[in-house]
Amino acid sequence: MNTPQHAPAYNFAYLDEQTKRMIRRAILKAVAIPGYQVPFASREMPMPYGWGTGGVQVTAAILGADDVLKVIDQGADDTTNAVSIRKFFQKTAGVKTTTETAEATIIQTRHRIPETPLTARQILVFQVPIPDPLRYLEPRETETRRMHALAEYGLMHVKLYEDIARHGHIATTYAYPVKVDGRYVMDPSPTPKFDNPKMHDCAALQLFGAGREKRIYAIPPHTRVVSLDFDDHPFERYRHDDTCALCGAKDSYLDEIVTDDRGSRMFVCSDTDYCEGRRGDAGRTGTPHAEAQTP
Amino acid sequence: MYVAVKGGERAIENAHRLLAQERRGDPSVPELSLEQIEQQLTLGVDRVMNEGSLYDRELAALAIKQARGDLIEAIFLLRAFRATLPRFGHGEPLDTGTMTVSRRISSTFKDIPGGQVLGPTFDYTHRLLEMQAEAGTAAAPAQADANLPSMPRATDLLAADDLIERSPQATGEKAVGDLTQDPLRFPAERDLRLQNLARGDEGFLLALGYSTQRGYGRNHPFAGEIRLGEVEVEFAPEEVGFAVPLGCITVTECQMVNQFRGTATEPPRFTRGYGLGFGHCERKVMAMALVDRALRARELGEETKGPAQDEEFVLSHSDNVQATGFVEHLKLPHHVDFQAELGLIRRLRTEFKEAASAVPMQEAAE
Repeated sequence: MNTPQHAPAYNFAYLDEQTKRMIRRAILKAVAIPGYQVPFASREMPMPYGWGTGGVQVTAAILGADDVLKVIDQGADDTTNAVSIRKFFQKTAGVKTTTETAEATIIQTRHRIPETPLTARQILVFQVPIPDPLRYLEPRETETRRMHALAEYGLMHVKLYEDIARHGHIATTYAYPVKVDGRYVMDPSPTPKFDNPKMHDCAALQLFGAGREKRIYAIPPHTRVVSLDFDDHPFERYRHDDTCALCGAKDSYLDEIVTDDRGSRMFVCSDTDYCEGRRGDAGRTGTPHAEAQTP
Repeated sequence: MYVAVKGGERAIENAHRLLAQERRGDPSVPELSLEQIEQQLTLGVDRVMNEGSLYDRELAALAIKQARGDLIEAIFLLRAFRATLPRFGHGEPLDTGTMTVSRRISSTFKDIPGGQVLGPTFDYTHRLLEMQAEAGTAAAPAQADANLPSMPRATDLLAADDLIERSPQATGEKAVGDLTQDPLRFPAERDLRLQNLARGDEGFLLALGYSTQRGYGRNHPFAGEIRLGEVEVEFAPEEVGFAVPLGCITVTECQMVNQFRGTATEPPRFTRGYGLGFGHCERKVMAMALVDRALRARELGEETKGPAQDEEFVLSHSDNVQATGFVEHLKLPHHVDFQAELGLIRRLRTEFKEAASAVPMQEAAE
């Protein structure tokens, strides 16, 4: 691999080739068993655990010299951690980066899935804090591995049922559990449940990396992904019932911005690229964006 | 208006510049040299090497300086660097029995072959701030006899009479695990547990070890021996076929001697808890030995009733680089998820109010 000019002491995309191969093997296994959490020998990265070390390792392992990378946090390219991770790969891999969803070949994300539908030539890499959807119901790894092996997911349904009994609703608003390809219950990472339907039958490969917990899992393209629910309490997507104050979008997930100390608020798209695309900002190139689908 | 979520890039650069300035402090005060840190903050350097899992005093000193004295941050710097280093193989097992000892004590015997050697210890100092110490030069210590007698480990003396369990010997059948190369799985064997503890946070192990002494998984420990000194590291390259010395490192070792009443098939004999660390790190290796012994509850058929005996709990939370990362990541923006929670709370509150206003009407009807 060629060595980037800016950081000659490190390999292309920081990780050594041996480590990348180890991660790629884990990714292949994850793709072969959709939704299954594959243990991998996660390395210490030069950013802290919790800042996206799992996603960064997955990206480093799949990144090629001709890839175009986009990094978002909370849907935005300009949040501090997204900036930091994008700069990391600019420095260590020298790859082209972009903020335009349609132009990117790899998109690393924390907490959101872009509004613009993804295509077959793209890979979405999620940063995952707690990969096991059963973890908050059962803290022991030995137990949860057994439960996954036996597809023993009753506990999760009991939890969702208790929500309904107590609140009248399923009180899980993000990191909402899904069943992948009819087999493994999977944590979609802490994306708002608004994004859950986008994972279903997605044309792009979706990879999930949890660095501290040392797990990788995947949803191959066009895989069935179902949010857990009940016949009489079907899964509900949530978005604040408003339009974006900047672009007028009625279908995008909105951030609430507090504008003064007298209770004034405005709502704007959390996906900054989607918002800018709709406003048709000058200087933008690339294909116009399709409207996000609302299943 | 949109400024609140923009401008990340410039903010980061400015923050880094401010950090560099704060790190340097008052420019009229001379800057710390790495030699000063390495020579005068030796125990800090030792701790960073231990939990950073890399024996390199100079890099550890650099990490401490760069981290402004925050040892966990320094440990993190060293770990991240270590992760990029190529692996040539595993060293041969250290023989601490051949250690060139600079401190060695046993609390289980009044005197032992080789004697009690106090060495450089805080143990019997009075903890009084030495206001005058700044200027003065310390008196040279007494010189010991260069020909120190051999120092068999105190636990070996017990083992000679079969009063303590044998240390497990390397059989060569099973390679020693390495949790930096393979993810830790449960249940974990003792090799991986010890590696995890050696890298584990000193404060966390100290609290866990302490908890066993206070009854949360009590195991009746005696400090069989604590020794500090230099041992040779050997490496056997495959193409050479025999072990060649790489150099000497300083280590601290603790052999804890613990009660064991025996079982139907095993005669009563003492058991061991083991601790080993880079440099001078007695607190760490003693705590490590207590926790190592506590984690053997399953193997020895003991009831597990303390957190220190709970393997998953201990091993999953001992790493301070992981712990500090996950705790501090709460500083990162979470507004997308919080927005979803706000939506739910508002909905529940609306329903709560509706229900509350509906109740009096119902009562009136009754």
